[in-house]
Amino acid sequence: MKKLLIILLLAVVGYFLTVSMSNIKFGANRMGDSSQPKTVGAFYLSKTPGELSVANVITAIVVNYRGFDTLGEVSVLFLAATGLGSILYKKKKKGEHLPTVKKPSSALLQAGSKLIFPAILVLGAYVFIHGHLTPGGGFQGGAIIATGFLLMMMSYKDFTMNHSVITWVESLAGITFASIGLIGLVVDHSFLENFLPIGRINDLISGGIIPLIYVAVGFKVAAELSGVLDTLLSIKEK
Amino acid sequence: MDTIDYYQIMSIGVYGSAIGLILIGLYAVLMKKHLTKIVIGLSIIDAGINLLFIAIGYISNGTAPIYSSQGIDLVKAGTPMVDPVPQALVLTAIVIGFGVTAVALSLVIRLYRHHNTARIDQIKSLKW
Repeated sequence: MKKLLIILLLAVVGYFLTVSMSNIKFGANRMGDSSQPKTVGAFYLSKTPGELSVANVITAIVVNYRGFDTLGEVSVLFLAATGLGSILYKKKKKGEHLPTVKKPSSALLQAGSKLIFPAILVLGAYVFIHGHLTPGGGFQGGAIIATGFLLMMMSYKDFTMNHSVITWVESLAGITFASIGLIGLVVDHSFLENFLPIGRINDLISGGIIPLIYVAVGFKVAAELSGVLDTLLSIKEK
Repeated sequence: MDTIDYYQIMSIGVYGSAIGLILIGLYAVLMKKHLTKIVIGLSIIDAGINLLFIAIGYISNGTAPIYSSQGIDLVKAGTPMVDPVPQALVLTAIVIGFGVTAVALSLVIRLYRHHNTARIDQIKSLKW
């Protein structure tokens, strides 16, 4: 009976989703020409190369046009990481070391992950440093770096993250983001306003404050995700 | 024989899979008894909604909204760029989805510690 009701509900939801989506033609150009922008997307596309000289328009939207939104997003991530720690908090006995994995992994995995770990870190750093030029950015690069730390936690029994280092990196990155915004407020009368020269499009140093903010976001996300993974992996049952 | 409308088929495929993911996730949230599976259902709904957003922003034959040197050449040749706003929103949504999943899983672990089970039909104090 319950199953029947749920399937009925799913059918109703699916029907209305399908009906509303059938009015939106797939692949139709709803943005209009970027020389006379009609929608906000076309406006961003037409303004980004000249105003900010940032190649990746999505980065320009995330960090500059909606930079305040991104500051909120980063703080949501921070709250999630902190909340995770406080929900799962358990008082440790003195000198107790919580192993991340119970059994040691094979020698092959250990050697391989030692080999590949620096390469993952470099790839992550590349992704967030080039966030304004190529697909990618702070969030993606931070996630890649966190996968590297996850690999090390899974393959080495006694690999633990130093939580005070994580907290410091996280706080410094967050302070950098907020203070860049405040400098913009002082210099140009608007929070997160660009106060650096924008440079030439497709140069590594271009786009004013956008690369700086994305590097800070990359460090912050990497520290937070690694902290979350470490908290979840070092849970001790009973 | 009429020419097959490529975008018609694509639209059924993409919109269909997005709506399908949303429905599968909703089914998991409503039907499953194990809390971990409910959290997995929530993240499946997330994936479906993100796919729907990206599909709405797509423009036929469009290129990625990146003004690299090839991108500038393509735009000069008249290729449209896809809508960047849904992609930026999905970037936000993925990060928030991660936060939601992490906090939900930690609550599941907390419930498991308290009740010694993560199945909602076995948690007796939920009965009223």
